[in-house]
Amino acid sequence: MAKIQINGKKITIKSNYSILDLLKKYKLSNKKVAIELNGIIIPKIKYNKNFLKDNDKVEIVHFIGGG
Amino acid sequence: MKKDILKVAGKSLKSRLIVGTGKYKDFIETAKAVKASDADMVTVAIRRINILDKNKPILTDYLNPKKIIFLPNTAGCFNSIEALRTLRLAREMGGWKLIKLEVLGDKKTLYPNMMETIKANKILVKEGFKVMVYCTDDPILAKKLEDDGASAIMPLASPIGSGLGLQNKINISLIIKQSKVPVIVDAGIGTASDATIAMELGCDGVLINSAIANAKNPILMAKAFKDAVISGRNSYLAGRMNKNYFASPSSPTKGLI
Repeated sequence: MAKIQINGKKITIKSNYSILDLLKKYKLSNKKVAIELNGIIIPKIKYNKNFLKDNDKVEIVHFIGGG
Repeated sequence: MKKDILKVAGKSLKSRLIVGTGKYKDFIETAKAVKASDADMVTVAIRRINILDKNKPILTDYLNPKKIIFLPNTAGCFNSIEALRTLRLAREMGGWKLIKLEVLGDKKTLYPNMMETIKANKILVKEGFKVMVYCTDDPILAKKLEDDGASAIMPLASPIGSGLGLQNKINISLIIKQSKVPVIVDAGIGTASDATIAMELGCDGVLINSAIANAKNPILMAKAFKDAVISGRNSYLAGRMNKNYFASPSSPTKGLI
C-alpha cells in the first residue's frame, strides 16, 4: 500500500502500482493527458515503468477551453 | 490573385482568424462557434483533469486536434517558471512545439509581465518551441521578442476580456511596420468591426475569444468575425483611398444640364 496525492487529492493505492495502472483506474487515455511525478514530467513511454511510492505527488493535466 | 495564406512557424493558415475556446456555455457551443468562425487554429488551456468525474465531457471529445491546430496557452501563469512548466507539459501531451506564451503581470488588468515574458521566450526558443507571444504594444519590447526568436508577435488591443477594441493604433502600426514575423492582435477586441480595423492596419491576424463567447449569439458572432477579418484583410490589400479635407464629387460635373 502507498499513500499518494493525485491532483491535490490524497488516495491510497496498492504496492507496485504504475502510472499506467493509475490511468487505467481513472479510465484516462494516455494520449489526452500529460503527467508530472514530483514535479518532473514523465514521458508517455515510461508510464508502465514508473511505480508509485508513499508521498508521491502526481499531477495529471489535459487541455481545456481557454483564450 | 494568388492565395493569401498566413504562414506562422511553418504552418499555413487559410484563415487569419484564430479563436479561443474559453467562456462558452458548453462544448457543443464551443464546437459550433469554432466551425462558424472557419478558424484553422484554436487556443486551449492546460489544467488538472477531474479524476472524480470520469464521465465529464472533455474538450478533445468535441474538437479534434488532428483537424484543427491546437495552440496551448499559459493563461493564468504569472511568472516564467509557471509558464515553462505548463508548456513543457503541453509538449508532452500532444507533441506540440507551437505554443502561445502569455505571462500575466496583474490579476486586475491581466496586462503582460514583459520582463518574465522576455525571459520565458528566450528559454522556450532555446528548447525548440515555436513561440507565439502575447505582449504589450511597446514596439521596442516587441522587437526584442522577435530578435530573441519569437514566431509571432501578439500585442494586446486592450486588456483581455475588456472588449474595448484597438486602443493604440499608432503602436500597433509601428509593430506591424518593423516586424518580419506575423503580428496578430490578441486580447481586447470587442466586436467584429474592431477586427476589421486591426486587419486594415495590416495585422496578419487576430485572436478572438470573449467577443465571440460572450456575444448573445456566439455562433452568429463567430461568423461575423470570419467575415470581418476577410473584409479587413481585403481592404488592407486593396489599399484605401487618400483622405481629403474637402469634398470631391462622385458624379462627373461635365455635361451638367
